[in-house]
Amino acid sequence: MDKSIVILGSGTAGTLTANRLRRMYDERECRITVVDQNDDHVYQPGLLFVPFGLAEPHALVRPRPRQLLDGIAYRSAEIDRVDLAAEQVHFTDGTSLGYDVLVVATGASLLPEETEGLTGPGWGEKVHTFYDLPGAVALHQALERFEGGRVVIDVADLPIKCPVAPLEFAFLADWYFQRRGIRDRVELTYVTPLDGAFTKPVAAKALGGLLEEKGIELVTEFALGEVDGAGGRLVSYDEREVPFDLAVVVPVHGGAEYVERSPGLGDELGFVPVDRHTLQHPDHPYVFAIGDAAGLPASKAGSVAHFEGEVLAHNIGRFLAGKPLDASYDGHTNCFIETGFHKALLIDFNYDTEPLPGHFPGALGLPLLKESRANHLGKLAFEWLYWHSLLPGRELPGIGSAMPEHGKTHTPA
Amino acid sequence: MTTTTYDDTSVTVDDEGFFTDPGQWTEPMAQQIARELDIETLTDRHWQVLKFMRTEYEAKGTGPTVRVLGKTSGVSVKELYQLFPKGPAKTAAKIAGIPKPRGCI
Repeated sequence: MDKSIVILGSGTAGTLTANRLRRMYDERECRITVVDQNDDHVYQPGLLFVPFGLAEPHALVRPRPRQLLDGIAYRSAEIDRVDLAAEQVHFTDGTSLGYDVLVVATGASLLPEETEGLTGPGWGEKVHTFYDLPGAVALHQALERFEGGRVVIDVADLPIKCPVAPLEFAFLADWYFQRRGIRDRVELTYVTPLDGAFTKPVAAKALGGLLEEKGIELVTEFALGEVDGAGGRLVSYDEREVPFDLAVVVPVHGGAEYVERSPGLGDELGFVPVDRHTLQHPDHPYVFAIGDAAGLPASKAGSVAHFEGEVLAHNIGRFLAGKPLDASYDGHTNCFIETGFHKALLIDFNYDTEPLPGHFPGALGLPLLKESRANHLGKLAFEWLYWHSLLPGRELPGIGSAMPEHGKTHTPA
Repeated sequence: MTTTTYDDTSVTVDDEGFFTDPGQWTEPMAQQIARELDIETLTDRHWQVLKFMRTEYEAKGTGPTVRVLGKTSGVSVKELYQLFPKGPAKTAAKIAGIPKPRGCI
């Protein structure tokens, strides 16, 4: 076999997929090429901690090529478009690359300019985001200067990377202002387009309860139409207003730009539609997508990329061998939710089962949907696992792609 | 799950009033559902959105989000909120007789 696999994107999903495939094939069997437009791999879960001074920005960044196993070719280039008929990736420097299998792993992009006024007056001063490194650093400085007033955390629209991160930000802001001794001078408001604190009923109730306990106001079904930075107002499409002195906005997300320039590759938001179980493109069997780039009804989260990676590598192996795809991703997602004061919750769910209470991965494991110090330590330990186990494409002991059922408490509807 | 009556026909809806079987929906039912949601008259622009919702549901198994509607239905997000003030994705899904759009997670 002399095949070529091209992986577009060298973030969490692209890197772990390349490494998993490299473990399956030696260089003579299969050439694996990974493409990215910059060489900085950011540990994105760490972005949450930067605004509160709990993580050093430079410690979150490592070189992309260094995360790839020997024998994987790395190419630093900007993608112009994919020609699906010719099975070629074209780059903006005029060169191109053919493939037998293409994996789209170029993640999700922040599109703040899509919301009226968001990048206008006040952007970077009293209107911030922590969803990229420069934004998180600027927000750290703004929080340090903040002496009191209305702080609003707003999710502009979904889907977004790590849907629990804005909630975690609200919980940590409560902790941060208490630690600074000015919590009584700060009004915290959490604004969401959803009809509750989270999508699924049991988790929405638990997380909504935590917001209430911490004195954080919850504004629901708020579709952000405009940010008036100068006037300090968020305005919804149905003309409701939320005033602020400091706004932390999670901008709308879309897929990578080249997806829109590649006819037949993506959907209307630039994400790549794939079968939700096999991760294969419905119209182009040579094309797969993984992680945030995939247009799936799953969270855009690193754990999803991890669990999908196991399925994807196996299915690509079957595809190249001319066999039917038999590995099936179940939508498994697993998130630690930092709640401040050295505690965190854990949620675990899939396409069919909402986040439920109980324990993970089994009856004697970490508590689900309940604050605990053990979960906080788990979240901190995850950074080491990320660089040394998850990205290299190793299995995490006891944690496989399929969502574990034992340990969960199914409450009656 | 419960049943309700539109256009003298019994249909199955969920706890929030969304159709669970889009096959039970007929166009005459739409006006009655709209009135219950304080939309007095369904204009051609309303119908453009409602028909788009049903087509999308048939193709993808879920109704589109407001942002996708704004990009693809031919009606801007601003106008969508004028047509369906209480939230276009959910209101239009209810009137179009399709299940509640799945929220992204």
